[in-house]
Amino acid sequence: MKRIFSVLLSCIISWQALATATTQDISTIVSTNTDSALSHLVQQLPTTKLKKMAPLVEKIALTTSAQKRDVLQFMLAGELYYLKSNKTVVRALKTENALYELTNVLTKQVLAPVKKSTIRKVKTNNRLRGSIRSYIAKMDLTDKNKNVRIQAVKRLLDNPSKTGLSAVQALIKQEQDEDVRELMNITLLLNQLKVGDHAEKMATITQLENTLEPSVNNAMVKLLGDLPLENKTNEQKALALSLSKVISSIEDKRSFFGIIENIFFGLSLGSVLLLAAIGLAITFGVMGVINMAHGEMMMLGAYTTYVIQLAFPNLIEYSLLMAVPAAFLVSGIVGIIIERGVIRYLKGRPLETLLATFGISLILQQLVRTIFSPLNRQVQAPEWMSGSWVINPVFSLTYNRLYIIIFSLIVFFTLLLILKKSALGLHVRAVSQNRDMARALSIKSDWVDAITFGLGSGIAGVAGVVLSQLTNVGPNLGQAYIIDSFLVVVFGGVGNLWGTLVAAMSLGSINKFLEPAVGSVLANIIVLVGLVLFIQKRPKGLFPQKGRAAD
Amino acid sequence: MTTSNSIQHNSNESFSFQKMIQTLSHLHVVVGTLFISTLYVTVCNLFFADGSFMHVSDYTVSLFGKYLCYALLALAVDLVWGYCGILSLGHGAFFTLGGYAMGMYLMRQIGDRGVYGNPDLPDFMVFLSWTELPWFWAGSSSIVWMICMVFLGPGLLAFIFGSMAFRSRVSGVYLSIMTQAMTYALMLAFFRNEMGFGGNNGLTDFKEIAGFSLQNPHTKLGLFVITAIALAIGYWISNYIVNSKMGRVITATRDAESRVRFVGYKPEHYKVWIFVVSAMLAGVAGALYVPQVGIINPGEFSPLNSIEMVIWVAIGGRCTLYGAIIGAIVVSYAKTRFTAIMPEAWLFALGGLFVLVTLLLPKGIAGMLPNLFDKLSMFKSDDSKEQEASSAEVK
Repeated sequence: MKRIFSVLLSCIISWQALATATTQDISTIVSTNTDSALSHLVQQLPTTKLKKMAPLVEKIALTTSAQKRDVLQFMLAGELYYLKSNKTVVRALKTENALYELTNVLTKQVLAPVKKSTIRKVKTNNRLRGSIRSYIAKMDLTDKNKNVRIQAVKRLLDNPSKTGLSAVQALIKQEQDEDVRELMNITLLLNQLKVGDHAEKMATITQLENTLEPSVNNAMVKLLGDLPLENKTNEQKALALSLSKVISSIEDKRSFFGIIENIFFGLSLGSVLLLAAIGLAITFGVMGVINMAHGEMMMLGAYTTYVIQLAFPNLIEYSLLMAVPAAFLVSGIVGIIIERGVIRYLKGRPLETLLATFGISLILQQLVRTIFSPLNRQVQAPEWMSGSWVINPVFSLTYNRLYIIIFSLIVFFTLLLILKKSALGLHVRAVSQNRDMARALSIKSDWVDAITFGLGSGIAGVAGVVLSQLTNVGPNLGQAYIIDSFLVVVFGGVGNLWGTLVAAMSLGSINKFLEPAVGSVLANIIVLVGLVLFIQKRPKGLFPQKGRAAD
Repeated sequence: MTTSNSIQHNSNESFSFQKMIQTLSHLHVVVGTLFISTLYVTVCNLFFADGSFMHVSDYTVSLFGKYLCYALLALAVDLVWGYCGILSLGHGAFFTLGGYAMGMYLMRQIGDRGVYGNPDLPDFMVFLSWTELPWFWAGSSSIVWMICMVFLGPGLLAFIFGSMAFRSRVSGVYLSIMTQAMTYALMLAFFRNEMGFGGNNGLTDFKEIAGFSLQNPHTKLGLFVITAIALAIGYWISNYIVNSKMGRVITATRDAESRVRFVGYKPEHYKVWIFVVSAMLAGVAGALYVPQVGIINPGEFSPLNSIEMVIWVAIGGRCTLYGAIIGAIVVSYAKTRFTAIMPEAWLFALGGLFVLVTLLLPKGIAGMLPNLFDKLSMFKSDDSKEQEASSAEVK
């Protein structure tokens, strides 16, 4: 008891010491002083007996050095050793060949790997580890970085400890940040729920109503389960009633966010489908050319990303920004070559076009296999694509999916704008509606064909850049998407860009909603079969073209 | 008119060769060639010793057996594509379903000789710790049931799919993509272990068929001969269909569907019918294929396989039944050679074939043959012209 008290007291003193050291200059001076203090203390570690270890650890915790957390953390993890020869304290990690890799804890200097016999572990025991854990928790709780504080409170929330809770109690008043304070409050309330008397419990429950932290929910469910099933006292009955009310309200909120999360996943899958299908919506929908090599255009885009990352290994952060125009150009130019070389000779023979472009897709796949090897290639994700936007404990959006949704919409609207507002778009629509008339009005229909095909292929290339962030980049990358994207275009109605958007998004969402119920493969099959049935009912898709263009 | 004239020329022996060609139809040529080559392979395999120049090895026999299965499959594709204008990119599904029907029978023939020694359940079911056969495996140990399923499985799928698609007048490219989606969906489904068809590994490790060991070279030769007979029968059936009145309607549907409808026919009925027949032929080809290669797995469903079938027909020449057979055999042979010599180049070659054939050879190999044929029988055409002229004078 006395011991705990003394620990607490010392900790409070140390925080106040921290709080006073506000200005930069002072803190640097202090840190140089305290570093030497720390190294003095650390050097005592090998020679101290286990019984005297506790005060030493406490002294280490009381220094204001930035390194003390590392030292304690290593000690806790059992990685702190000292060399038998000169008593240098090191961090030792076992490598594969039974050697130990050493790092000097104070200087961070890496030493040559050694055998186990030359080092010895710094002694600890369970009690010591417990106190080290609480020192570390307190250090984290007072850290300058908000995220570190939040993580520390969360750890406490999941496995509360007495010392931690009392520290939180003391700290909550000083805490400046709203989020951290909120979390601390929940931690304290949860504790109250567990140990408080009836009135406290009842009060706490109502306060916890809006909390979505999983551990709160678990604690409540556990509390409800601990109540006797029969012969409840009045107090217990009231408690059970309000508990189950709050639990069900929390459940409702959780399932609500679950649905929103599913919609988000569905939209992100839908936007991938949209990107894959939108190029096809131009070549197939507007030009009427069946391009089975469309998937390979996406593959080329993905490989362009890979090559750019290889060429500029220092610019990974910008690689995607460079890859988008590059992939557009590469795939677009290949598309124009295909159009000029093969497709224009097969005008009006859709089945032959299908076969010829399929042949081209085989050639492109094999080409990539020969140049880059048949193995999958890893494309790195830039820093800004990783991580996620945490909205609340049960709902967070990953940045890469969020960016992909936004990007696909940008591409979609740009394309819509090009087709509706630009001169090129006007020509494209004119040629697709009535080639002869357009030619009579001095539109170069051959040129328009080549450019349109290039545009569609280029967008497929851009889709490939996006896909490189989601899946492995391999020669078969495109094949997996070609059937899906054809179905999206047909489902939405050929020649209708808005239809493609609606079709892609709804297919994506349907797929993601089916997935938890039946598994991803079966969901895929159900969607495919459903689509086949739908096309039989409405061969012209969701939004069929009307009027003269419908033929 | 012409036939009666040729009878008149019977006495002139210099034209006997021409006459022979004239009276021979494609049917006779194809079946005859098939008969002679089968006989040759059989005799050379059985009666010539291993080192002999004339010897045909067991490996070659099963290879030829495989080619003949492909030929039958190509025939099925040509029947719908060449004569009815339905470009099916999903014929691999019918082929594989037929193969699975055979594979199930062969699995049950293993009996307790499997790794787990279970007399009723195939190994993969024991591995998945199933305790009894799923309902759709019922009867699979009987050969009669197996033969029924080889026809019924693909036929039923084709009937359901075809009647739905053709009734709502889905045609052209849409139909092609839908058939491709069908086989893709089936591939995904069969990859699942829960389907009860062996999942990823498919059905393999067969021991015997109808009491004959599959390891025995004589069984392989027997299968080869059966395949040749099946191909001949398939050719005869297809030939009969396309030359019948019904075949006329089917060809007319290909060329001008609305006109056929206006005349009073129901094109969708004819289409469904020919689609089902074609699917059954493909199923038979699959069933004969499985015991010869010894495995059936969901990879056979892959859309690429189905498209390869189409290219056989395109190269051989659509609209001519013998063209499909030539195409299947030539391309498969080329594939065997290419993949042995330089496997990398095969896809280049196949892709190049797709492009070149569609661009330069729209009628395929068979499209070149009639020209050759005409040049050879120059006399005949001159002769018939003379005849017509003289008969006109008589009138």
